[in-house]
Amino acid sequence: MITIIITLIGSLLFALVAPVIGCLLAGIDRIISARMQGRVGPPLLQPYYDVRKLFGKENVSVNSVEHGYVVCAFIFACVAGGIFFTGGNLLFVIFVITLSSLFFIMAAYSTRSPYAEVGAARETVQVMSYEPMIILMAIGFFMAAGSFDTKAVFALDTPVISTIWLIFLGLLFVLTIKLRKSPFDLSMSHHAHQEIVRGMTTEMSGPTLGLVEIMHWCETVLFLGWVGLFFVWGQWFSVVIAIVVVLAVYFLEIWIDNNFARVKWQFMFKSAWAVALLAGGVNIAVLAFL
Amino acid sequence: MGYASRSPWVIHYDGSSCNGCDIEVLATLCPGFDGERFGVVNTGNPKHADIFLVTGSVNEQNIDVVRQIYDQMVEPKVVVACGICACSGGVFHDCYNVIGGVDQAIPVDVYAPGCAVRPETLIDAIVAGVKVLDEKEAALKEQKRAAKKER
Repeated sequence: MITIIITLIGSLLFALVAPVIGCLLAGIDRIISARMQGRVGPPLLQPYYDVRKLFGKENVSVNSVEHGYVVCAFIFACVAGGIFFTGGNLLFVIFVITLSSLFFIMAAYSTRSPYAEVGAARETVQVMSYEPMIILMAIGFFMAAGSFDTKAVFALDTPVISTIWLIFLGLLFVLTIKLRKSPFDLSMSHHAHQEIVRGMTTEMSGPTLGLVEIMHWCETVLFLGWVGLFFVWGQWFSVVIAIVVVLAVYFLEIWIDNNFARVKWQFMFKSAWAVALLAGGVNIAVLAFL
Repeated sequence: MGYASRSPWVIHYDGSSCNGCDIEVLATLCPGFDGERFGVVNTGNPKHADIFLVTGSVNEQNIDVVRQIYDQMVEPKVVVACGICACSGGVFHDCYNVIGGVDQAIPVDVYAPGCAVRPETLIDAIVAGVKVLDEKEAALKEQKRAAKKER
């Protein structure tokens, strides 16, 4: 009962705090991307202005369920964040965030637009690509920390990165797919060089699109939280180290985003599974048998 | 200042332009002029766009396309006619199949003349369009408020 209340309060707090952090991260992302392209770039709060504008637009949903699905996706993204940051079960976090992705895919399918359907099909392939590595990450975390609960890291003498660094590299690989950054922005792209109009969000406009953006901010914070989890142990200053690593990883993602062309889904699928098998499989085998 | 004017997302459609104006429109969004400083983002989706940049005149072949893109855009929205052909038909105005400027098909808010239209003119036109966008956003808010009161 207490766990449920803590999770609920955590989810509510996450729904309030994560969009703020995610919005700032998105703003930094756009400025750094612009600098990498030799431009000045937008103001830091540009993502916030965009979303405020979207909420001010007329509501022209193509059907009555699309917005509902996106709201569900947003709620489950917040619940996943709430479970994770209150020290809950990592495996459960992964399942809830996957549920959120599935609701988003349903929202895209429900519009019956051919472009959105292609986008949704590709997003399904993306989920299939990154999911094995993410599940192996949870198993590796269990073997390293002795528990699926994320709060277990605070009782450790050394961070889990010291034993499952290979899994961390695998996570870095699928993180690009999860954040939908180039070269893996097949289902929808943030950039001007769009794929299949705008993929999943082709038929979403105004307030619905605004909510999609906010959900994306929350997801980014949660995924970066997974990265940080690897670097936290029993010392208080480990949290600072984790935040520094998270920012470095985010910079790396932006660099990758700006330097690689979009790949075909076949390459994404095969490489993600190969990475899961090599990084995840080898690391878990070493932990299990040595 | 409203939020609509801080993030004008544009969509570009080439009516029957000779590509001179299209190149200038894209040049406006390139690093040299960096439209994103003002939140300008090039989208390929009418449903996400706020400003419709049309180049070239309207003819029998493309009038339905121009109308459809305009109809798919979500209020508040602004149309900018880029280049003299989009404004009035330009040198093609008396061709047998040319109907005229873009205003023959959809309501145009800002006219940006030139052959080809210069990026500086385009930026001025987008800035002028952004003001119209703000007015339309305010009008839409007023409408929503009035509708709520009636209920």
